Amino acid sequence: MNGESVVFWVSGTFAIVGALGMVASKKAVHSALWVAFAMINIAVLYFALEAPFLGTTQIIVYTGAIMMLFLFVLMIVGVDSSDSLLETIKGQRLLAGLFALTFGGVVVASISSTLASPSAGLAYANAGYGGHMQAIAGLVFGTYLFAFEVLSALLITAALGAMVLAHNERWSPRKTQDQMQRERTLSNHVTPLPAPGVLARNNSVDTPALLPDGTTSIESLPTAFRGEGQVTKAAEIDEAAK
Amino acid sequence: MIAALIGLPLLGATVLLLGGRRTNVWGHFLAVAMSGASFVLGAFLFIQMAGKSEEEREVGQHLFDWISVGAFQVPFGLHLDQLSIVFVLLITGVGTLIHIYSIGYMEHDPNRRRFFAYLNLFVAAMLLLVLADNYFLLYVGWEGVGLASYLLISYYQQKPSAATAGKKAFIVNRVGDVGLSLAIILMFVTFGTVTFEGVNAAAEASSPNTITWIGLALLLAACGKSAQFPLQSWLLDAMEGPTPVSALIHAATMVTAGVYLIVRAHAIFDLSETARTAVVIVGAITLLLGAFIGTAKDDIKKGLAGSTMSQIGYMVLAAGLGPVGYVFAIFHLLTHGMFKAGLFLGAGSVMHGMHDDVNMRHYGALRTMMKITYATFGLGFLAIIGVPPFAGFWSKDEIIHAAFSQSLIIGMATLIGAGVTAFYMTRMMTMTFFGEARWEDDVHPHESPAVMTIPMIILAFGSVFGGMAMLFVGDIEHWLEPITGFAKPEHSVSNTVLIPITLAVVFGGALFAWLRYGRRPVPVIAPSNVSFLTRAARADAYGDALNESVFMRPGQYLTRSLTWFDSKAIDGLVSGLAAAIGGLSARARRLQNGYVRSYALTMLGGAVLIALVLLLVRL
Amino acid sequence: MNPNNYLILAAILFTIGVYGVLVRRNAIIVFMSVELMLNAANLAFVAAARNTGTLDGLVVAFFVMVVAAAEVVVGLAIIVTIFRTRRSASIDEASLMKY
Repeated sequence: MNGESVVFWVSGTFAIVGALGMVASKKAVHSALWVAFAMINIAVLYFALEAPFLGTTQIIVYTGAIMMLFLFVLMIVGVDSSDSLLETIKGQRLLAGLFALTFGGVVVASISSTLASPSAGLAYANAGYGGHMQAIAGLVFGTYLFAFEVLSALLITAALGAMVLAHNERWSPRKTQDQMQRERTLSNHVTPLPAPGVLARNNSVDTPALLPDGTTSIESLPTAFRGEGQVTKAAEIDEAAK
Repeated sequence: MIAALIGLPLLGATVLLLGGRRTNVWGHFLAVAMSGASFVLGAFLFIQMAGKSEEEREVGQHLFDWISVGAFQVPFGLHLDQLSIVFVLLITGVGTLIHIYSIGYMEHDPNRRRFFAYLNLFVAAMLLLVLADNYFLLYVGWEGVGLASYLLISYYQQKPSAATAGKKAFIVNRVGDVGLSLAIILMFVTFGTVTFEGVNAAAEASSPNTITWIGLALLLAACGKSAQFPLQSWLLDAMEGPTPVSALIHAATMVTAGVYLIVRAHAIFDLSETARTAVVIVGAITLLLGAFIGTAKDDIKKGLAGSTMSQIGYMVLAAGLGPVGYVFAIFHLLTHGMFKAGLFLGAGSVMHGMHDDVNMRHYGALRTMMKITYATFGLGFLAIIGVPPFAGFWSKDEIIHAAFSQSLIIGMATLIGAGVTAFYMTRMMTMTFFGEARWEDDVHPHESPAVMTIPMIILAFGSVFGGMAMLFVGDIEHWLEPITGFAKPEHSVSNTVLIPITLAVVFGGALFAWLRYGRRPVPVIAPSNVSFLTRAARADAYGDALNESVFMRPGQYLTRSLTWFDSKAIDGLVSGLAAAIGGLSARARRLQNGYVRSYALTMLGGAVLIALVLLLVRL
Repeated sequence: MNPNNYLILAAILFTIGVYGVLVRRNAIIVFMSVELMLNAANLAFVAAARNTGTLDGLVVAFFVMVVAAAEVVVGLAIIVTIFRTRRSASIDEASLMKY
């Protein structure tokens, strides 16, 4: 067993574990971490496959940029919220498993049945350009220049698109302090809203306040945390209060 | 010239139908004028024809080529010969008299213009029927008179019974018309032509079987139009129409079209013994059946209708006898046209005086109140029962004479028919004009105006002298011989023996009726405890019941079961298919559940399938 | 070592990604599964490139990463937008386009 084999078996196993962990995690944050783990292992495999540039890029772009983007979005959506793993579409999970297994089985079977030629290695190809990085650069800025330029256009478009989509249009003029004061005075809650709950077990802004009469107050939460399925802690707090 | 015969009444009908209300005032005079002009023209043509030698008497007039499709050539041609001209005279002559009579009879009818338009239409159609020179054009006239008959029977369209009677006549006539169309189709297929000339020439060379079938189809047509058994049931109901219509259409002219058809197609019947026998049997049955129905009717018009059936039965029977009978069929047709029209007009006159009551049990002792009607009706009565020297005697006696030459049974049938005729006519006569008055309370019988009585008087003259005039002055046997052929009956009972026997039977029938209805008082309400035969006769010999049970009910069942089959099986199949597809679609629609994951699963399923196929193909 | 092993590994990772797409309801996790599938494909490209001794597979894998980055940017923006209006990131709730 040579070095490459060791790397393959170790990192390969880790990658699969990471992938399975992503699928099986209840919380999206955990999934993100698992998938980052799998991607780092894939990057290691790239190194083993004589592609250090891609391995580096994998770490920088995927684990460094894309996965962080995921985490940012998760923070907006709600870090703590966990999915119910209970299937709601009848037969979906069974059929998905069946199809996925069949598909994987067929692909794996067809790959295994192919007689593998011994690996050619990249040394010769790299030598033609005088080094690995020079070779990649030569291809990207030479043979594939047009595709590269199109990709740059795609990236700019995507960036603009993301800005347009995520931009929150203001439909009404911003309220002045005077207006807000009037609204508060005229509403049936003249005093300031209660602060989020702070208990021994929970110390965060997504915990509703426990009012003197023993109920929790949804109004103590910032609007971002008042959404459906977000205020899951009310029952826990009710219990803790007893 | 010939076309003008048809054209004048047709013009009258067109003007009256399209002219609208402004023709109300003078419309009926126009109709009379048109009919009368046609009669004058017909008389002129008749005199012209009589002046010619025998070979030159047939004249034709080709108007235009009507249908010209490949081998099917139908000219629109008219044809006037010795047979047509007598019909022309009968139709226009009696027709004009009845037009005049109708002026009085329909005086108070708000729709008088329509009535006269239909009468003119009828005259035009009937003339077309007898003047056509081919069967196809004859068919047009045939349908034209059927239409006019339908329109006039249901003339009182506000009465449901009249509307129904019109429909009944129309439908029963359709059955007969199928026979005529079949005959025409067979003629064209067999002979390649439908002109009288062509058919007569080609008939000889054709197979006897085909000829027989053509003859039977023509007989069916004649049965429908002439109310012969088994298509007789419509004629009695046709009495729902106004009485002048009954006189003109359902006694004198249209119903005799069947006889005309048979005589016109004599070339066919001469060649087929079977067809002739069928004609004779139909005639014999109808003559007895009609007379039988006539004996029990209390409705004066229905009694006369039964009599008409019976008399046409005589004519059909005579026509079925072949060359010995054709001439006498036409002869009887002409005399019958006169005396029966007279009788019907007399009946109309009586009804006119009796507030349109048709029940003879409400009449009685009218001879003093309506002298002219009594006299003309009486002369018609003497003519129909066959008292010499009145018109009916000459024609009927010749038919009985010819019938005995055919077979004893047929001869006896005609003889019995003569006796029964005498019975029911005497019954009618005594119940109407003799005995004590049985009038309803507010009825004051009075004589009809001159416009009605004059036509009756003219027709009564015809009833008295018509037979003798035609036989001795007109020499009808030789007049018609070139067209129909003529043969002296052989092996028959001698006339010197037959006439006394016939007269004895006739007087016996009349005496019996006198004893039953003249000597004894007639009950105002028809007695109900009567024999089965009387009940049968009152019910038109169960003709309607038979039609209903044999054709109508099974037809209704068939229709109902077909409807059921259609709605359950056919519609069930169709809507079942639709429901199945709809149901499947409703289920398939569930696949479109909006879940992206489901769609992705489907895509994966497809990918798996493709991968599997690729793998299998490669292996 | 048999070069096919890399391909088999890629296939397994891809299958897990497919399964993740099909069974997870959180749009973000579905997205991660898609990323995993892209990574599996990349792995296959790189392995094949070394096997054949050419560099084009590496360039393609590089491009795939760029496209994936673009896709993630837009996709996450869409998720954020949906979340903002529906207060939920479950893809099952965005199921209005149905029968």
